[in-house]
Amino acid sequence: MNNNLNTISNKKVMEISADGLSYRELNTKLREAAAQGIEKFKLTDVCGQRYLGTGLNKPVEIDIRGTPGNDLGAFMEGPEITVHGNVQDGCGNTMNDGEIIVHGHTGDVVGFSARGGKIFIRDSVGYRAGIHMKEYKDKKPVIVIGGNAQDFCGEYMAGGILILLGFNTHEVNFKANFIGTGMHGGVIYLGNKVETYQLGKEVGIAELDENDNNVLRQYVNEFASHFNCDAEEILNRQFIKLFPRWLRPYGQLYVY
Amino acid sequence: MKSYLAPKFIIERDTERCINCKVCVNQCSFDSHYYDADDDKVKSRIGKCVGCHRCVLFCPTQALTVRENPLDYRANYNWSPEVIEDITKQAESGGVVLTGMGNDKSQRIYWDHLLLNASQVTNPSIDPLREPMELTTYLGRKPDKIDIDKQDPQSIKLKTELAPQVKLDVPVMFSAMSYGAVSINVHKSLARAAVEMGTLWNTGEGGLHPDLYKYGNNTIVQVASGRFGVQPSYLNIARVVEIKIGQGAKPGIGGHLPGEKVTAEVSSTRMIPHGTDALSPAPQHDIYSIEDLSQLIHALKEATNYTKPISVKIAAVHNSAAIASGMVRAGADIIVLDGFRGATGAAPKIIRENVGIPIELALASVDTRLRQEGIRNQASLVISGGIRNSGDVIKAIALGADAVNIGTAALVALGCRVCQQCHTGKCAWGICTSDLFLSKRLNPDIGARRAANLLRGWSHEIKDMLGGMGINAIESLRGNRLHLRGIDLTDTELEVLGVRMAGN
Repeated sequence: MNNNLNTISNKKVMEISADGLSYRELNTKLREAAAQGIEKFKLTDVCGQRYLGTGLNKPVEIDIRGTPGNDLGAFMEGPEITVHGNVQDGCGNTMNDGEIIVHGHTGDVVGFSARGGKIFIRDSVGYRAGIHMKEYKDKKPVIVIGGNAQDFCGEYMAGGILILLGFNTHEVNFKANFIGTGMHGGVIYLGNKVETYQLGKEVGIAELDENDNNVLRQYVNEFASHFNCDAEEILNRQFIKLFPRWLRPYGQLYVY
Repeated sequence: MKSYLAPKFIIERDTERCINCKVCVNQCSFDSHYYDADDDKVKSRIGKCVGCHRCVLFCPTQALTVRENPLDYRANYNWSPEVIEDITKQAESGGVVLTGMGNDKSQRIYWDHLLLNASQVTNPSIDPLREPMELTTYLGRKPDKIDIDKQDPQSIKLKTELAPQVKLDVPVMFSAMSYGAVSINVHKSLARAAVEMGTLWNTGEGGLHPDLYKYGNNTIVQVASGRFGVQPSYLNIARVVEIKIGQGAKPGIGGHLPGEKVTAEVSSTRMIPHGTDALSPAPQHDIYSIEDLSQLIHALKEATNYTKPISVKIAAVHNSAAIASGMVRAGADIIVLDGFRGATGAAPKIIRENVGIPIELALASVDTRLRQEGIRNQASLVISGGIRNSGDVIKAIALGADAVNIGTAALVALGCRVCQQCHTGKCAWGICTSDLFLSKRLNPDIGARRAANLLRGWSHEIKDMLGGMGINAIESLRGNRLHLRGIDLTDTELEVLGVRMAGN
């Protein structure tokens, strides 16, 4: 184990090799160091440790090399995590604030019930991306996925912005089914084609208006700067917008 | 479409007593009373009354009474009026019949078939009025063994590191009822009563209103499938964090808080747009297995730096014992079992009446199973679902529970008449509503006093019963089924309950 403490660009940086550390040992180390004023962590040899970034509740930077385990950034409040590699399931689970940037793929349930913060994923994600994201006033979670997503993305969405660029993938069309099932808030932008049978019946399709284009441009620019690609090339794609057709999708289901 | 439903209740107004003061008009949230300006008289409408007694109890001259409509159908055991009326409602709407509160059907209530023991001659009973009686209960994971450092006889120290424990002065807590389903004043009343009585109340899954963060030390916060209000400050302010998998009134399904109840305040706490339905999906979509449950338990432990017990609540179902074993092994510090009489702010009637099992049987089988596996100490066992009085509480503890939750009983203490209209959001008692005009009817100062009084009364009764058994600490009764006997039960029922037949 090798902890190096140094200062880069006026930030107090700590390097930690995660080799052989359990998630609890690693997270305890992060929490203690963050409490002592460390502002940036460089984690190497990460191999499956869960919950990185959880319980820190500070705007520290965490740079991860290796493969973090499930629930990366669960209940996260503040940190900015960059992963140079793939991420497993549950990334950004019930995240409240902060940012996760993934130079690779992520597994299932990315951004589940997110309440704020941003997640940028260079490539594709697994099933159930962005389920039940919420928003309130200016607190609005954003997930931008460079490639493709599997079934149930945006299910039960109650707020926030889910953007599927369909860009960093070989697939021409989205293959996901049940997109936005039960959606009753928020918006999904798709940069690839879908057929209506792939959508939840609670979802409407529209073309982007000026406001949508501004929102999309803002996050595509951020995406492009994170992953060093051409924003205009992405924005030239034909985007569609998915929106909830009803605020109360199941309002008529019941009788008293 | 003409409705074929007959009125459920008839309002009788004694015109000699009625002074046309309009109190009933103002009090009824179901629109049963009105002022007829032409006649200058207060009158009642037919077919609106739900039998909540608000007008009856607030009429200053006791001019009102409410009776069930004596509309008789031809007697038929199979086709009861309720069955006919539910079919009628569905034929007129095509909807799912929704209801509130717990199962009101006649399935066996096992508490009533269990009887407690008392000391006679061979061992003395204890008089709680002159001797101390201990109701203190600690919730949380207990170690398999403890190591004590005796090197310095002047200061003997515990070497074993204990998991977080929560001390309850009385083994009765308030069940999870979410803000939005119940009014803010219910939360205030129960929170204050919990502080006063040294117990815990539970936010349910609607988040915690900022005004109530100050009661955090007596608060269980819930993390459920909708994840409403779940943020680090919410988790860290709590005494216990509870993962809600299911509830007894509606095992296996989620919840839809209707948009009518999502007011501006509710929307800020739940973090969803004003007026939208608050949808809690049936499963938690990050928990599809015991391993996933373990992952969330430990995520919450990480998020709260291992300072709080993590509770997991499930509905009592057929294989609860095996599930409970998995929950303990997944890391749950407290297990909550909610039986099929557990109540709800809204559930499909067909589910409430047909899904799940009685809490008494589930409790007995879970406690037995965890003992057999040698892991009973690893989690506290809390039960709920129709606990009506201190007798039910003490029988539950003798069957193996560490503590019980009360929901309906607490609401009845606040004024609830169990009229089962929670799902309408129109509760005239200001309990199960988020309407600001109605919510004001529940004064949290009075509500807290009533709820605390209930626990005070039950504590006295529990001490009396314990003393009668010759026991001076509730710990000594916990899981001691020899203090129970069954009546009118089959051999199989006695076997599942682990209780001997009375007289045996």
